[in-house]
Amino acid sequence: MNETATPVTKPRHTEPPPIEKVAALRWMRENLFNSPLNSMITVLLGLGLVFALPDFIRWGLVQAVWSGNHEACRAGAGACWAVVGEKHRPMLFGVYPYEEHWRLIVALVVYLSVIAATLTPMFWKVKILAPLWIGNLAVCLTLMWGGILGLSPIDTSQWGGLPLTMVLFTGTVVFGSPLAVLLALGRRSHLPGIKSVCVVFIESLRGVPLITILFVAVNVFPLFLPEGLEFDKLLRVMAGMAIFFACYQAEVIRGGLQAIPRGQIEAAEALGLSYWQLMRRIVLPQALRICLPGLVNHIIAAFKNTSFVLIIGLFDILTATTAVMEDPVWRIFFVEAYLFVAVIYFSFCFALSKYSQLVERWLNEGRRF
Amino acid sequence: MTDTETAATEPDGAVAIKLVDVNKWYGNFQALRDVNIDVKRGERVVVCGPSGSGKSTMIRCINRLEAHQKGQIIVDGIELTDNLKNIEAIRSEVGMVFQSFNLFPHMSVIDNLTLAPMLVRKMPKADAEQLALKYLERVQIPEQAYKYPGQLSGGQQQRVAIARSLCMQPRIMLFDEPTSALDPEMIKEVLDVMVELAEEGMTMIVVTHEMGFAKTVADTMIFMDNAEIVEIAAPDVFFTNPASERTQLFLNQILTH
Amino acid sequence: MAQDAQSGPALEDQPKGDTSILNSMAFRGIAYQVLLAVCVVLGGLYLYINVNANLDRQGIATGWGFVTENAGFDIGESPIPYDSEDTYGFALWIGVLNTLRVAVVGIVLATILGVFMGIARTSRNWLLSKVANVYVEVCRNVPVVLHVLFWATVVRFLPAPRQAIIPFDGAYLMNRGVVFPIPNEHPAYVWVGVAFVLGIVGAVVLGRWAQRRRELTGQYIPTFWWGLAIIIGLPLVVWLVQGAPLSWNVPTLKGFNFQGGLALSPEYAALVVGVTVYTGAFIAEIVRAGIQAVPHGQIEAARALGLRPGFIMRYITMPQALRIIVPPTASQFLSLTKNSSLGVLIGYPDLVNIGNTTLNQTGQAVEAIAIMMIVYLSISLTISIAMNLYNRLVAIKER
Repeated sequence: MNETATPVTKPRHTEPPPIEKVAALRWMRENLFNSPLNSMITVLLGLGLVFALPDFIRWGLVQAVWSGNHEACRAGAGACWAVVGEKHRPMLFGVYPYEEHWRLIVALVVYLSVIAATLTPMFWKVKILAPLWIGNLAVCLTLMWGGILGLSPIDTSQWGGLPLTMVLFTGTVVFGSPLAVLLALGRRSHLPGIKSVCVVFIESLRGVPLITILFVAVNVFPLFLPEGLEFDKLLRVMAGMAIFFACYQAEVIRGGLQAIPRGQIEAAEALGLSYWQLMRRIVLPQALRICLPGLVNHIIAAFKNTSFVLIIGLFDILTATTAVMEDPVWRIFFVEAYLFVAVIYFSFCFALSKYSQLVERWLNEGRRF
Repeated sequence: MTDTETAATEPDGAVAIKLVDVNKWYGNFQALRDVNIDVKRGERVVVCGPSGSGKSTMIRCINRLEAHQKGQIIVDGIELTDNLKNIEAIRSEVGMVFQSFNLFPHMSVIDNLTLAPMLVRKMPKADAEQLALKYLERVQIPEQAYKYPGQLSGGQQQRVAIARSLCMQPRIMLFDEPTSALDPEMIKEVLDVMVELAEEGMTMIVVTHEMGFAKTVADTMIFMDNAEIVEIAAPDVFFTNPASERTQLFLNQILTH
Repeated sequence: MAQDAQSGPALEDQPKGDTSILNSMAFRGIAYQVLLAVCVVLGGLYLYINVNANLDRQGIATGWGFVTENAGFDIGESPIPYDSEDTYGFALWIGVLNTLRVAVVGIVLATILGVFMGIARTSRNWLLSKVANVYVEVCRNVPVVLHVLFWATVVRFLPAPRQAIIPFDGAYLMNRGVVFPIPNEHPAYVWVGVAFVLGIVGAVVLGRWAQRRRELTGQYIPTFWWGLAIIIGLPLVVWLVQGAPLSWNVPTLKGFNFQGGLALSPEYAALVVGVTVYTGAFIAEIVRAGIQAVPHGQIEAARALGLRPGFIMRYITMPQALRIIVPPTASQFLSLTKNSSLGVLIGYPDLVNIGNTTLNQTGQAVEAIAIMMIVYLSISLTISIAMNLYNRLVAIKER
């Protein structure tokens, strides 16, 4: 040991860690074989995948029949993707007239672009979103309905497939969301009369299956109307689904409202703002940001719930596919057809759920939007 | 109303706030018992007392954040009942600064300030912004105008809160323990602003434990304990020779620190 | 400043300001509620009148009389005997039972699947957690209707009985459903059942005794394995003592179908598999979130205190995780029960299916739908009340 302390001036010689130099092996050791139990599980799963995956790939890709007619498919041993090629038009667009499909495609592109814009925080001002959506709905509905601008008129009973799914979804969310806000505010009201009406409404509708509400829309709504007055079936179904959606969404919004500190409302009241002014400017903007992930979850659910119209005979994409697969020669290839529809649903829902996780991360980071 | 900064420069005898036999209960618990005070225009009143004595409740009754069950509250000649028009009129003349600032976190500082003038006084945006910048200068943080509350320190936030109330050009300001939530090194900057306001003649009621501030600025001291007013006196009498023993006890506890 | 004890303002300081009652907050509060009540009542009356008028015009009966009328239709499967001579009311009751058959089995299976997958997702084994992740993401993002339809179609394309798929000895998968062997009934089984119940009671008593012993003396007695031994061992002993009777009712091919064993209709199988797989994915997510929500710092603190892993799991992790897991899981159970109404789509005679048939035959849409809704509301309310009780029991006391 030295008497005087010598300052360390030379850089220390750093040694590498004493484990495997191969990164892949170390990763496997840490993540796959880090305990006896895990090693056993890895081996079992690995074996299972090794046996199952090649078969699946062989079926789905290698031996698959990509085009041709049903005889080629039966002759082949793999998946029959030709059924998608053959039937994708009626699956995607229902009984909409063949030559007018371009209108649906244009409408879909416009619609999806507007959705992408709506999800971007940069556009989250009422001044931007309101005209954007009004324009969107105007363009899409005009394209689908026709009757003006030289487009041939096509009645709603002929709407089907993916556009119908989108129409139902949009109607549900657009009509249901304001109702949800009102129900949530009503449920938090101090006036017992208003609060109890909202509670009863929300809890009753959350307790029944969506199917019964659709039955009500189809069978009972017409009874509510005076003689001679009739409402389009599509509109009735949309109304039913919107009310159902609103009841679930109201609970999510209520959670957000409860998270706002009371001091915010007091400060706004002390400044002289009225109830609706402070709700619109102070409470709701903060509350909706807080519960945004929950809101998106229910929006995803609303998209999936459009498939329930199968039961009442509206031809959304799933119903259209089921109808198409009644075709006796293609019937056996239902797996491929359903997989096709599943992929469409999955893409939309998965993308939205990843978006919801992204928003949650933004919120946790305190990012401003 | 012209852009005058204050209603008057010294107490001119007109009664700004009058509480007559005010009582308030929370359920079975009585929070205010037979409270009577008169505050003249331009007067600076400091209210002190132990926690739970009813001081915050009393000033929160003045702008109807709490509702009193018995007695009368008259602000600027208007009686405070549950009549909405009266409440609105009173709230536009009375500004309040809270212990926890209560700034709106999703809006920038300048938006916080211009919101009420635009919505309640229907001011055009340009005028409101000019007003806001002027008051931000008054509280000496004009450079923070475009930041968000979360980016400011506690002392800065409270000064923004004061400026926000001032933008409504109130004749009376209520302060509910404005420095209790601040770190010690930031208390002074807020108290300085309040002292300046007081010197300009703003009618103020301040609930606080800051006795130094009270000695500098107060015209009247009120001591509350257990939901009642125990003593009302001028500061020189209050601090040296209070009439009540409870007041003396309280002062001993506070002033030894 | 004056500290007058005035009883009221003097005449010259009479307060000014608005005195109209229309602006009084109390008045407005009452006015809004009265207005809402009037709208609700008037709206309800309007609808009621219209409904009656429309029903009259279409010659449809009203009232509940149809419940006692002869149903006149057959039901594909029912847990208790039913024939077309029975009443609509009885048919609807069969529907409720069928719904419960799907709901109970579905809930049990979905919970097992969901808990397993949820724990797998939090596993440190990368492969296992990725596989579980794929399951959850794929099944969650596809509508339950598609799940059920898919499995229903799969079942329809299963081979005929003679070429049935044999997953294990005695069990057969075919387009007529699923059959597998079950033990024959035997009087000894009653005693085995009794022994089982006694075993559970005994295990609970043992646990309590061990806990009291530990509190008094500090001695720790591991009771988990002993308790398990009692629950399994006691019935086992009773069964052995009675001569170990076990004979299987094995399905055998007779003619065009199988006789014997336990048979599940293809619709039932498809519905149960569909809703189980779908709901299991949601439960897996909930379980994962619950486990990950327990702050890791608490587990570290517990380990620093020297608590063994079993204790940590039992006293620290599980109570907190369960608080987070149980309420949303209960609503998933309710969701599964409501999704069993998809039986109407694939021909399984659940409540909605039978209700729909009733509706079509009698034309009394309002009553039929009302019955369906009331049944589901009751189930939903029961689960809600149970959930509120649970929440109040386990609520963490706060200041």
